[in-house]
Amino acid sequence: MEIGLQHYLAVAAILFTIGVFGIFVNRKNIIVILMSIELILLAVNINLVAFSVYLGNVVGQVFAMFVLTVAAAEAAVGLAILVTFFRNRGDIAVDDASMMKG
Amino acid sequence: MALQAIAFYLMAAVTLASGFAVVSARNPVHSVLFLISAFFSAAGLFVLMGAEFLAMLLVVVYVGAVAVLFLFVVMMLDVDFAALRQGFARYMPLGGLVAGALAVEMVVVSSTVATQGAARLNDNPMARGAGAAANVTNAEAIGRVLYTNYVYFFQAAGMVLLVAMIGAIVLTLRHKPGVRRQVIADQVARTPKSGMRVVSLKPGEGVSE
Repeated sequence: MEIGLQHYLAVAAILFTIGVFGIFVNRKNIIVILMSIELILLAVNINLVAFSVYLGNVVGQVFAMFVLTVAAAEAAVGLAILVTFFRNRGDIAVDDASMMKG
Repeated sequence: MALQAIAFYLMAAVTLASGFAVVSARNPVHSVLFLISAFFSAAGLFVLMGAEFLAMLLVVVYVGAVAVLFLFVVMMLDVDFAALRQGFARYMPLGGLVAGALAVEMVVVSSTVATQGAARLNDNPMARGAGAAANVTNAEAIGRVLYTNYVYFFQAAGMVLLVAMIGAIVLTLRHKPGVRRQVIADQVARTPKSGMRVVSLKPGEGVSE
């Protein structure tokens, strides 16, 4: 049994699905939602790298690097917003976060 | 070849199991630890594909920085995590349905692409790795493309990171009232005239202030 492109694509697809599932079931816990987004971006990166290797074109890996950069920036800003929100409200329940003023 | 298959199935299984544990763990600290495990084994998958540079990047950036940031925030916030899990059972059927549909669709599409789509250009380059053909290392190949064709994008990525860093600092910086801070400009601008005062005293009275 040789490991080919479809194996990696299947892993990435299942990982993406797990991320989407995590967003659905942890609707109140924004920390786990952020981690689910990281999982989704990891699945995207696996896809990019798999196709990059398969097609012999390294540009896909360069793009995966940019995805990694944006994911890191997103995690940093998201967690900073979370810390500020916790300071102002005392908890992190996102379903009563509809108040955007003050 | 059998070794490659064993390594692939091991790391894929660990990645997927850890990914599922991330979204289903009761304790968010465990979620973060499983996230580290998922990223680590995904880095193993990258090595298996021949993308060593990205694998090391994943370990350094995610396991070293982002996961620690998550861990730090989870442990710093004093939150009742049991209350946050209330809707778990309620959203489970809908989430499972959507996730199952997505998984089936994507697996079907990707296996179709892999067997008879655009990807059918080479026989099986997965077996020999990305950089092996051109006789350059993976990092060198990425560097050549990145610094030749994508140098502005590279600098834009640097700007994104800078803005994210400044944004995170500005969001979380807090000046406590009542804390005395050093103001260097005031200290430098101080002259003997402003720092000293001559008080004329009458004998026997002392300073009354």
